[in-house]
Amino acid sequence: MIATALAAACRLISGATIEWQCDPNADAQRIYFGNHSSHLDFIIIWSALPARLRRLARPVAGRDYWAHGTVRRYLASRVFHAVLIERGHACAAAADHLAAARASIQHMADAMGDRHSLIVFPEGTRSLTGEVGQFKSGLYHLSRARMDAELIPVHLENLNRILPKGEVLPVPMLSRVVFGPRLHTSVGEDKHEFLTKARAAVVQLRTMS
Amino acid sequence: MTVGDDTALLGLVAGVLTLLVLASVIGWILSRRITTGAGRATVENINARIRAWWVMASLFVVALAAGTGTSILLFSLISFLALREFVTLAPTRPGDHRALFWSFFIVTPLQYYLIWIEWYGLFSILIPVYVSIFLAIRTVLAGDTERFLERTATNQWGLMICVYFVSYVPALHMLRIPGYEHQNAKLMFFLVLVVELSDVLQYVWGKSIGKRRVAPSISPRKTLEGLVGGIVCATAVGAGVWWATPFAPGAAALMALVVSAMGFAGGLIMSAIKRDRGVKDFGAMIEGHGGILDRIDSLCFAAPVFFHLTRYFYVP
Repeated sequence: MIATALAAACRLISGATIEWQCDPNADAQRIYFGNHSSHLDFIIIWSALPARLRRLARPVAGRDYWAHGTVRRYLASRVFHAVLIERGHACAAAADHLAAARASIQHMADAMGDRHSLIVFPEGTRSLTGEVGQFKSGLYHLSRARMDAELIPVHLENLNRILPKGEVLPVPMLSRVVFGPRLHTSVGEDKHEFLTKARAAVVQLRTMS
Repeated sequence: MTVGDDTALLGLVAGVLTLLVLASVIGWILSRRITTGAGRATVENINARIRAWWVMASLFVVALAAGTGTSILLFSLISFLALREFVTLAPTRPGDHRALFWSFFIVTPLQYYLIWIEWYGLFSILIPVYVSIFLAIRTVLAGDTERFLERTATNQWGLMICVYFVSYVPALHMLRIPGYEHQNAKLMFFLVLVVELSDVLQYVWGKSIGKRRVAPSISPRKTLEGLVGGIVCATAVGAGVWWATPFAPGAAALMALVVSAMGFAGGLIMSAIKRDRGVKDFGAMIEGHGGILDRIDSLCFAAPVFFHLTRYFYVP
């Protein structure tokens, strides 16, 4: 109930035009990966999904932000069914860091179970300009752990203008969400090659308009 | 006053209803007759437009019938959505964020609140004077000089067109015309009817006999035949419904002529903006029409002129 109302409100506020270049209703488990420029990003992708798939889609979000405060915790656990992960700390030793990253990937792969999809932002942080930054390697390792899932690139346009990094109040502008065609990958693919290809798949959705 | 008490207003509503039924029947016949080729797409677009007209006309009539407050609310919502379409195309930067927030959530409601409390003095200068000064200050405080002039000017003009000009439609409620007290809903009806009908008739005339293009560099679809046919017919309709206005038949014709011409100019100006920004429509909110701003472009530029002409000649 709350989820449906929230999704409708999100679509209204963001004035989002939604475009699908793959089957929106496919039953496959998916990893939606998109460019990140606003706190609204995952809510917009989530609200753009058909209601049935929305219930099965879980955004990956930072525990440091979403586990604080009653409302945030309620939204994260009950409405979005978010997968909360620890974000890397700069002060942590390299070995700990690696172990923590491995644990996060495993946590995400497990969270998909046999019916859920994930929404991830491989840049790891929000872009200030709307340009798509370099992808972190998390998406690569996640895709290796779940070779069975479909990789779907998503491009979000104008969200950085609606709610830019550092602002609390949104300005209502029109936005656009494009779900691209499935990105294919093979078992032995090189990490760097894969990440470049994945980023290009998101960027080219913008230039198509 | 309610719609039921006023036979003139009922007459106007009945007239619009007849037009819509007629349009729907013609659209239905066209869709049966033309089933292939490029004509098919045109017919489908026409039928989508007619369906959208049903919705828009119903909203307008219901808001008008429900009273002054509802029509103010309707137009404040239209302003909000139109401003959103405008700002989306504006060259804004992060430094504009706070100023834009003010435009949407403080300035727009305040402008319509002033109409509700009938504070004409502040209503008429709020956006051109105070807001233009205040928002420039707010933007300069953000410290970003990149394209500063272009950004502040564009945001200000967005407020002028989408909020200030549009608010002149419900502002007609504020006019106190002797012998026409509490009947200003019909004045609003007259303005919107003539302007929108002029738009539609320009389209119809242009599609059926249009040949000579009147502004090829701005809007290739506007033709001289459409322009003359549309304005002449809308003027005739305006004169024909003089009984619903405080104007004599001749004056009603003149008013209709002026607002039709302003509407045409408004359409051209908004087309020039779209061309400049490289888009075909401002949005996709209304099926077959494009965005809200694509539908109200002519009304924006007609409403302030209509208001002030009426105020100058009919309000003592």
